[in-house]
Amino acid sequence: MKPLWITMLALLLCRGALAQDAPAPLKPGTGDDVASAYCNACHTSDYIIMNSMFLSADAWKAEVTKMRKAFGAPIDDETAAVITAYLAANYAVPAKP
Amino acid sequence: MRRREIIAGAGAALLASPSVAAESTTLPAELPDGTRAVAQFVNLPDKRRMLRLTDRPPNYATPVNVFTDVVTPNDRFFVRYHLAGVPSAADMDGWSLTIGGDAVNRQIRLKMSDLLDLPTNQVLSVCQCAGNRRGFFDPHVAGVQWPDGGMGCAVWRGPALRDVLKAAGVKAEALEVWVGGADKPPMEGTPPFRKSIPIEKAMDGDTIVAIAMNNAPLPLLNGYPARLVVPGWTGTYWMKHLTNIEVSAEPLKNFWMQTAYRVPAGMFPVQLPFKSQATETTVPITELVVNSLIADPLEGDEVERSGFTIRGVAWDRGTGINRVEISLDGGRNWQDAMLEKPLGPYAYRRFSLPTGSLRPGTYKLMSRATNHAGERQADKLKTNPGGYHNNVPRPIAVVAR
Repeated sequence: MKPLWITMLALLLCRGALAQDAPAPLKPGTGDDVASAYCNACHTSDYIIMNSMFLSADAWKAEVTKMRKAFGAPIDDETAAVITAYLAANYAVPAKP
Repeated sequence: MRRREIIAGAGAALLASPSVAAESTTLPAELPDGTRAVAQFVNLPDKRRMLRLTDRPPNYATPVNVFTDVVTPNDRFFVRYHLAGVPSAADMDGWSLTIGGDAVNRQIRLKMSDLLDLPTNQVLSVCQCAGNRRGFFDPHVAGVQWPDGGMGCAVWRGPALRDVLKAAGVKAEALEVWVGGADKPPMEGTPPFRKSIPIEKAMDGDTIVAIAMNNAPLPLLNGYPARLVVPGWTGTYWMKHLTNIEVSAEPLKNFWMQTAYRVPAGMFPVQLPFKSQATETTVPITELVVNSLIADPLEGDEVERSGFTIRGVAWDRGTGINRVEISLDGGRNWQDAMLEKPLGPYAYRRFSLPTGSLRPGTYKLMSRATNHAGERQADKLKTNPGGYHNNVPRPIAVVAR
């Protein structure tokens, strides 16, 4: 897993002049610190909350993959698994029976 | 009564109506719960009241009440960025535009003074985000959850792109014009936001490099100091902070063209197919679909049972609006609205309909536009993975007392 300080530095460097308020906090849960640090490097956590609660666990997994493969987010497999599990547990709709 | 008198009468009646000056204060119920939790009406440094969806990257929707007018003021115009690296006005000091690529005779660099020396074109055109109304998709799809206000209509002024390209000398084999701007990816590995348009659209005299918007400099968040204006096409091609252009005999191959911003082939009508970017199954989203919006009254308003006037705008990909129908009962019965004089094929066309007296109760107002090509707003949502082109009439509930 990449040291957290690298991500935090990236976050500081790309915070725009527009950020008016602290972004809405993510729900507390296992992996919330990792999700917050990595996701916030490129966008506020509002992006996650805005896209809830309607994505399936698989759809969140696809989103994390998209951030890594299409957007070049420096997230290794282990970290991605933590973030995906956090999003699935806190922001996914329950699977339909 | 002649139409002018009807409209004048309606206007006078509206002045007395409490809903005229009202700002949108509620969020549509169809938006995802999470969106309703984070979206807020806020004031921005060079904008007035806007609906904030996200602030980094910045995505702000125009409140619906603003669309009672054809021209959207600069300080109410929607904001949409993909990448968090938004340039500052100071970053744009000494701005220049490079033009190169394999299909020009020579690479050149133009300063603002060079653009000012070129003949000026002007177009009144809607700029609409491809994902406008994505938030109303049922079922919801991932992305920025736009309600109605991911759009605006402005007077764009600047040299035609074809005149800008002339100094570089466009070769006969030119296929696409690739454009890039000054907004920066937050990560080294993030693909820079670059788009392309087919050479035919680039050479259309209405495709311009806008250096003025509603007779003022472009607001920073709308692309200062120059942006590409591609009338009739979705906002994704309207590159903000335009800094580089390449004319190429090849299709642009990147995430933004080949993966994002695509719709199923044949699902939506277009006049000019983007052949060099089409595959058998998908095509880039390009031309706007016919659409309309009721801007007054607003959802949840109390209206006079003695009668009120329904007002709004309709627009399409550039054929022009031919007809707008209004329903008061959620789409069961429709009647024709009055259309104001068209202000150009790419502009909003205003419509209005005085209701006459009504029985007290709840009314579900809907508008439905048809363009000059005979295309009418969809009765049923054409679902697509990107959540694009939602033009299904949406009921606005009001209560007559």
